[in-house]
Amino acid sequence: MTAPLLSIHDLRTWFYTESGVARAVDGVSFDIGAGETVGIVGESGCGKSVTALSILRLIQPPGRIEAGSRIEFEGRDIVTLGDEEIRDIRGNRISMIFQEPMSALNPVFTVGDQVAEVARVHAGMSRRDAWERAVEMLALTGIPDAESRARQYPHQLSGGMRQRVLIAMALMMKPALVIADEPTTALDVTIQAQILDLLVDLQKRIGTSILMITHDLGVIAETTSRVIVMYAGEIVEQADVDELFAKPHHPYTEGLMHSMPHIGHDQERLNVIPGTVPAPTDWPHGCRFRDRCPYSWERCEQEHPPLYQVGVDHASRCHLAIEPERRNHPHPPLVVEEGVAAA
Amino acid sequence: MLGQTQDFEPISPPRPRETPLALGVRRLLRGRSTRAALVVLGIIVLAGLLAPLIAPYDPSAQPDIVALKDLPPSFAHPFGTDPYSRDVLSRVLYGARLSLLIGVLATIVSLTLGVAYGAIAGYAGGLVDAVMMRVLDAFLSIPRLLLLIGVLVAWPRLSIGALVLFLGFTGWFGLSRIVRGQVLALKHAEFVTAARALGASRRRILLRHLLPNLVSPIVVAATLGVAHVIVLEAGLSYLGIGVPQPQASWGNIIQDGADQVATLWWMSLFPGLLMVFTVMTLNILGEALRDAYERRS
Amino acid sequence: MLRYVAGRLVQAAVIVAIVATISFALIHVAPGDPFSAVLDNPNVSENVRATLRAQYGLDRPLPEQFVRYVGQLARGDLGWSFSHDRPVREVLASALPNTLLLMVIALVGSFALGILIALIQVARRGSAIDHTLSGISLFFFSMPDFWLAILALLAFTYWLPLFPVGGAVDPVMHEYMGLGGRILDRLRHLALPALTLTVLASPGVARYQRAALLDVLPADYIRTARLKGLTEREILRRHALRNALLPIISLLGLSFPALLTGAFFIEKIFAWPGMGLAVVNAIGTRDYPLVVGGVILGSIMVTVGSLLADLLYAWADPRLRAH
Repeated sequence: MTAPLLSIHDLRTWFYTESGVARAVDGVSFDIGAGETVGIVGESGCGKSVTALSILRLIQPPGRIEAGSRIEFEGRDIVTLGDEEIRDIRGNRISMIFQEPMSALNPVFTVGDQVAEVARVHAGMSRRDAWERAVEMLALTGIPDAESRARQYPHQLSGGMRQRVLIAMALMMKPALVIADEPTTALDVTIQAQILDLLVDLQKRIGTSILMITHDLGVIAETTSRVIVMYAGEIVEQADVDELFAKPHHPYTEGLMHSMPHIGHDQERLNVIPGTVPAPTDWPHGCRFRDRCPYSWERCEQEHPPLYQVGVDHASRCHLAIEPERRNHPHPPLVVEEGVAAA
Repeated sequence: MLGQTQDFEPISPPRPRETPLALGVRRLLRGRSTRAALVVLGIIVLAGLLAPLIAPYDPSAQPDIVALKDLPPSFAHPFGTDPYSRDVLSRVLYGARLSLLIGVLATIVSLTLGVAYGAIAGYAGGLVDAVMMRVLDAFLSIPRLLLLIGVLVAWPRLSIGALVLFLGFTGWFGLSRIVRGQVLALKHAEFVTAARALGASRRRILLRHLLPNLVSPIVVAATLGVAHVIVLEAGLSYLGIGVPQPQASWGNIIQDGADQVATLWWMSLFPGLLMVFTVMTLNILGEALRDAYERRS
Repeated sequence: MLRYVAGRLVQAAVIVAIVATISFALIHVAPGDPFSAVLDNPNVSENVRATLRAQYGLDRPLPEQFVRYVGQLARGDLGWSFSHDRPVREVLASALPNTLLLMVIALVGSFALGILIALIQVARRGSAIDHTLSGISLFFFSMPDFWLAILALLAFTYWLPLFPVGGAVDPVMHEYMGLGGRILDRLRHLALPALTLTVLASPGVARYQRAALLDVLPADYIRTARLKGLTEREILRRHALRNALLPIISLLGLSFPALLTGAFFIEKIFAWPGMGLAVVNAIGTRDYPLVVGGVILGSIMVTVGSLLADLLYAWADPRLRAH
């Protein structure tokens, strides 16, 4: 088996705020192989974005990557790299695409300039050469009439086009890994599909790996081959995409799947996982999903579950792995029992 | 059960002391530099207020115009004496009193005018607003000092009350712009539409709903405004058209020593230093308040 | 863009018109007669008084006076200066270049110095240097203009006699110097007033620019730049500054009033023969036409300055330029 491209070991990124230490990422470990598309799915606040930012060392005070975390990439540990070495990786070996194409581009420079800047910084290209490469890249991402578009300013382009520009920027140096943090959330639904197709297509052509971060299971289904489910700063389930959809193990994953409305089914109300994510400054003892889980029992309160192996390449952080019969005794989640019930 | 819909938690009762004013003051007290500024400002204000009690001499007394004039700082006269043998320290203390008083009163006048003008313009809208804003722009184009010079030269021998009024009349332009902007924004806010739907009169809406939202810019403008007036009054007094002699104001004292600036350096140094400290502390406080309110929104 | 320029020009014209009206009101609303210093002076002959009355139409009804006044202003006639015995326009015209010289030097100098200080502060934000510079900025910012000028005068002409005490040229020796000597003489006299005005204006710029930079830094496109692998310094200089310079152009327009009033005090204290000195002296002699003329001219300068700044801003911001 070939060595993975990126290997994260026990990543912990904590934020030291006035109201306490927020353990946004609390012991996350996973690998990404070459040419693979891995997805991280979870609701807001679960730590997926912070994980992504940590990989590129973009965490700013009061946040900090804790000692003991290791991110291995191309034979080096990103966590302990010097500033110059990390800058060498950013935009060059690992790049990132964000959610807000509106504001991610500098309004006072042309689009072409900004894309070309990557090549000038990393490959030392001349202005002319970098510009030409930028135009090539823009055309590759499906922007029509790329030559003249490159001379325009961000405010003159639509949201979908701006995202294509950012994708072009990310792929300029043909990086080994592209991290896409909710790349389609801010876009219109019709454009979303286009952008996702583009990413998949470009990945096949250039051969990069993609880390796709999203809260949308539909995106996961369409683009990834392996999925990581995060909750409350931890990985709660990991599996190949088909396996995850067919046989979700962790109750949270179950909840996510159930909450997706299905066309063709009659439904009066949307299914919702009751309760909310606990505050990152105060993760509960034991299983962090306990209060919202329909199967939890005493063990869940006392023991923090490790990642159990529940299938081939399928792990789940749930005590149901060792006491599966509990799944037959569901009960109302504790948060509903303890909270104030209306009617 | 998964599949159940969510139940809503009851709304917690409002916490006390959450008025905009209270929040601003509380944030102020948290910072180290603002606490220091409050202390220094407090000392100066106190010194001014208690001037009649703590001034070692009568500020207008000229005991010995031959022997005691132009004395450099000494134990008997910590800030020296002026060409008329008056004790400079006492004059500076009384000057603090007067300059601060003028600052506060003039700012009150400015605030009233600014809020009124801005609120009317913003609420009226349309042509009235446009005209009012053009006139405002014109006033803003005239540097405040020039405007005051133009006015004050025409009225020789002004009383302090009139000076305060003129200072006030020239200082409301900036605030009225801000107030107008707020009023315009709030006019279309949903809670105003709701109030009108309930039948509230225009005046009631103005007073009960809009004014409380204006507290923050007003408080900030007031603090910074007092600082401006103090500097302005000093400048005018220095030019001879501010506080009439022989009253003691910081600007007047500097003017008294203007002819012999090199030899009577203490007459320029001490009033000036006090002015700088007063203005600095007011600036620190005003900006801290502005930061506190902006962070809230 | 052309439409924007035209709009601003019309706006400026309207403002000047209103300023003229305000000045007229000032002259005539004042108690008694603004020219009472001259007209009631028994030493002034009856001829002069009659001439003045006729010239200003002081015996005509107010609306007619206003029309005459506007007409005069349109022709550039700002009245007669008693203390100089020349038209106000002449007095101000000969003094104006000196004031402009001071203001332009101070404008350029204060913006350069201010931006530099702001960059240093932001590059090392939170450090001791940042706090110290903030404190120094605030100290100078809170100073009355004339006080700093007095201190500068004391410090650099008396205690450390590096510069001449005042004036624009040496009153005695200037004509006898060669070209080089004359230039040096002018420079020596210009240095302290210009430097003082620069120092007075810099803290405002520094604080404003620092805030503008800090505003820009959390922006998403700054994060994008970091993702591309740029150094912090490159990010600051190339991406942040370019965006933070835009509000500075607005500051340009807003600083004219302060620069002008600062120049007034500086000119008085350093006896620099500019508009400010003329007006300040006119206060002493109660030469009202000159004072009002100065007010009008000052307002026009400020309006023009702010107009130019607005146009510059529209040109500099690509978001506005395209439309």
